[in-house]
Amino acid sequence: MYDFEFVKPSTVADAVAALASDEAQALGGGQTLIPTLKQRLASPSKLVSLIGIAEMKGVCKNDDGSLSIGGATNHATVASEAAATYPALAALAANIGDPAVRNRGTIGGSVANNDPAACYPSAVLASGATVITNKREIAADDYFQGMFTTALEEGEIITSVRFPVPQAANYQKFEQPASRFAMVGVFVAKFADGVRVAVTGASEEGVHRWTEAEAALSANFSPDAIDGLSVSADGMINDLHGTGAYRAHLVKVMTKRAVAAC
Amino acid sequence: MPKDSGIGASSKRREDIRFLTGTGQYSDDINIHGQAHVYFLRSDVAHGRINKIDTAAASAMPGVVRIFTGADFEGIGGLPCGWQVTDRFGAVMKEPAHPVLAQGKVRHVGDPICAIVADTLEQAKDAAEAIELDIAELPAVVNMKDALKPTSAKVHDDLSDNLCYDWGFVEDNRDAVDQAIKNAAHVTTLELVNNRLVANPMEPRVAVGDYNRANDESTLYTTSQNPHVIRLLMGAFVLGIPEHKLRVVAPDVGGGFGTKIFHYAEEAFCTFAARQLNRAVKWTSSRSEAFMSDAHGRDHVTKIELALDADNNFTAVRTETYANMGAYLSTFAPSVPTWLHGTLMAGTYKTPLIYVNVKAVFTNTVPVDAYRGAGRPEATYQLERVIDKAARELGVDPIALRRQNFITQFPYATPVAVEYDTGDYEATMAKLEEIADLSGFEARRKASEAKGKLRGLGVNCYIEACGIAPSNLVGQLGARAGLYDAATVRVNATGSISVMVGAHSHGQGHETAFPQVVAEMLGIDENMIDIVHGDSSKIPFGMGTYGSRSIAVCGSAMVRATEKIINKAKKIASHLLEASEADIELKGGHFSVKGTDKSCAWGDVTLAAYVPHNYPLEDIEPGLEETAFYDPSNFTYPSGAYACEVEIDPDTGKVTVERFSAADDFGNVINPMIVTGQVHGGIGQGIGQALLENCAYDENGQLLSASYMDYAMPRASDVPFYTVDHSCQTPCTHNPLGVKGCGEAGAIGSPPAVVNAVVDALQSGGFKHVTHIDMPVSPSRVWAAMNG
Ligand SMILES: Cc1cc2nc3c(=O)[nH]c(=O)nc-3n(C[C@H](O)[C@H](O)[C@H](O)COP(=O)(O)OP(=O)(O)OC[C@H]3O[C@@H](n4cnc5c(N)ncnc54)[C@H](O)[C@@H]3O)c2cc1C
Repeated sequence: MYDFEFVKPSTVADAVAALASDEAQALGGGQTLIPTLKQRLASPSKLVSLIGIAEMKGVCKNDDGSLSIGGATNHATVASEAAATYPALAALAANIGDPAVRNRGTIGGSVANNDPAACYPSAVLASGATVITNKREIAADDYFQGMFTTALEEGEIITSVRFPVPQAANYQKFEQPASRFAMVGVFVAKFADGVRVAVTGASEEGVHRWTEAEAALSANFSPDAIDGLSVSADGMINDLHGTGAYRAHLVKVMTKRAVAAC
Repeated sequence: MPKDSGIGASSKRREDIRFLTGTGQYSDDINIHGQAHVYFLRSDVAHGRINKIDTAAASAMPGVVRIFTGADFEGIGGLPCGWQVTDRFGAVMKEPAHPVLAQGKVRHVGDPICAIVADTLEQAKDAAEAIELDIAELPAVVNMKDALKPTSAKVHDDLSDNLCYDWGFVEDNRDAVDQAIKNAAHVTTLELVNNRLVANPMEPRVAVGDYNRANDESTLYTTSQNPHVIRLLMGAFVLGIPEHKLRVVAPDVGGGFGTKIFHYAEEAFCTFAARQLNRAVKWTSSRSEAFMSDAHGRDHVTKIELALDADNNFTAVRTETYANMGAYLSTFAPSVPTWLHGTLMAGTYKTPLIYVNVKAVFTNTVPVDAYRGAGRPEATYQLERVIDKAARELGVDPIALRRQNFITQFPYATPVAVEYDTGDYEATMAKLEEIADLSGFEARRKASEAKGKLRGLGVNCYIEACGIAPSNLVGQLGARAGLYDAATVRVNATGSISVMVGAHSHGQGHETAFPQVVAEMLGIDENMIDIVHGDSSKIPFGMGTYGSRSIAVCGSAMVRATEKIINKAKKIASHLLEASEADIELKGGHFSVKGTDKSCAWGDVTLAAYVPHNYPLEDIEPGLEETAFYDPSNFTYPSGAYACEVEIDPDTGKVTVERFSAADDFGNVINPMIVTGQVHGGIGQGIGQALLENCAYDENGQLLSASYMDYAMPRASDVPFYTVDHSCQTPCTHNPLGVKGCGEAGAIGSPPAVVNAVVDALQSGGFKHVTHIDMPVSPSRVWAAMNG
């Protein structure tokens, strides 16, 4: 690890100011960033911890029924506090990593990082959530831009994520055997005006919607509705753990299971 | 009634108190005043020519003490290989130089190039980034069969090719085996891969070198399974330090699994640098370094043929194996695919003719050496898989086919040069059928089917050879060391006892089990006895712990030394009790005179030995301390039968192990609880190999599974509750305890059980074309096989 300066502001404004300096970087739970620093793969001059910012922490239900989660809220908190309002989201959070990871890692960090195998991005995209930063509100459909790439600008902080709560939803995760990240994860969310399906883990493009399945499920919300669909292996991740064809197959299996579990 | 102390008691593991309360003393806990830290700059290419190493700028960086390169080791010995194999044609194996730091070329990702010694580790890492390396990348040799093509690049320029040896065993049987296969009523052929593994002990390797200029003495603290072996190899062959000036200490060691047997470059470096710098030098491996510098395990590619006559009797076995040595010969690497593998190819069966061919190959990968089981898992896996396949081809019950071919008469001389002293394979199979409830399997299969799952049953046997010996035989086979062990029993004045043992405990529970033996022999409380191990300055000598040898070999030495103690103590007692020595009995910690009520306590005798006021000084020396060396006359042969039941999710190909049962014959058992634990751990590792673990390289020799993100270790949730039994006991006939060893059995016996079960599940689920899937049987491989 290289030397860096460490600050832990208590307001978003102070964090934004601290991040304005050259080579400064936000630090959430550190579950991704700290290992990267340890391997000397990044060398920020300053780390700006976000977990001391009270306004960025916690889970709350809004008047319109949506659920807001502060960007610095850890997975364990989401697992317990979102359970009543948005059980599928809480269940997703409860199955990320291990207890240590869940008690450190944050939703803001996960969504900012946009690891192609991360769980949260699928929930954000399938829910049609809004990513709220210190500057603006970004619709999920505009936010995710390919693996490890997002609409965030330099120094921009995710202060919260606002989730519309679907009528029914479910997340099915097929774990990569070593990392236990998603080898394929599918989040299905059924709203009054239609169904959204987001797939993580599978594609070289990162998290994405499966629009054919959405159309089929919006017409007929049952696992059989997607029997006739097939997922192309083109552009699917092909690695030690599985071929693109296998991942394409799993997308369909996990989608059917998610629908069945809704 | 189970015993509550002595042999056969499940005494609680006394060492666990310190392990579980954080009071263990591991090598990394050792910090020597003024120590410097070393960081190894390692190759990031698999194969390359070192054109230039410029350390000038780096040497001037803050805190840097000195930067060493291969040039600093010119004229100093390379890392020695401890076993020389002779090939089919009578020629000795090729034995390339293995420099401490790379000289001329780098040969695998992780090969150390520079050692940067600095005041702090961070300073050493900073300096490493300032070193200018000019390395011309060369084509990497990765695939073993490609490596043997004449057009292949050569890992070692001074060798004629990448073939280390071409070994045939038993070479004289070759034609007879070929003939038997030609004439067989049925031949089953199976090609398989025994996957490369990374041992991943919980504690990574550590080396701390220290030097005392006052007496010219070097000390190495290291994570070793065998400190005396390191002292011998490093002192005599690498650094030229005589034994009396070199102390090697292996304190608490957090798991070895074989990979901490070997003498590594980092140990030699830290010892060497401490002398050069007159300052202690410490290295602690990171997990990432461990993946590319700890010796790997397995990595065999095998074709096996099993010939049967018209009555389904096995008539011959022929195998051809390519065994990966990696870039250099690790300490015992050549012995693993040969003498630890070929000699086990009879299994538990009376196959009259066997021929084993092994081609050991150099590649641009991390060296491969012994890993829990070492050669025996590879033998067991191929044999038990091919028998299962044969049963399926012949339409016979796989258990019946095994039973029909069991060896039933003992001692039994196999056609692969070993003699099994005892065993009862029918007994362990019958025990397995009972504990695994095999008769209930069909009902369980139906229940799985009702849930939409495929269920399979895999059963197999295994034979293991522990405590490899005797030394004169292994010498003929190419070992450059003896394979005896030693123990000193030091009885103190008040009767407490320290036993200095050559075996090293790094998870095996010796500190509990060894005292149980001495306590039993003397009839005293086992808590009066401690063992001392892991320090060459405290123990007489020892070959260490591997190959499930500790209780069979070192335990026997301890018994012999304790017998000497008893003999002398009886002499002292006869003097104190004024009786003839022949009439003295030792029982329950008391010496008594036969047929009288005269007696004295253990403590009376031990005190007399050290305060010899009333003592036969003219006949015997004061003191009560005895040493014995024990060289076994044969291996021991534990055996057993294992059963695994899996479920497969046909939609995803994911395999889950639902039940696992093991019936082992370890001969006599000292501590049943510890033995059960050893079997549990071994099965866990076997399931890891069968379902999860895969050390993979790409075609450029880059390690794909270089961290836990991609190398799948088994977790608690990947294994079921095991049913294990070791009540079938045919005691070893040639060691005083009648023990056989239990450390590796689980890892040897379990992989074929898992894969047999997977194939059974797929076959019974209608996937008749699937006759084999290579390990690890990952979901994607199962799915591909189902859809293949
Ligand atoms: C062993 C292990 C297992 C894991 N398993 C899973 C899993 O199964 N599924 C899964 O989804 N994830 C998994 N993770 C990742 C985990 O969920 C992390 O929480 C997540 O990747 C990053 O969150 P963090 O808060 O730790 O972010 P950090 O590591 O602190 O930061 C990550 C990146 O996000 C930036 N950042 C952090 N917070 C913000 C913010 N509020 N606004 C803008 N930028 C920000 C940082 O600058 C950095 O670039 C695992 C991690 C580990 C170590």
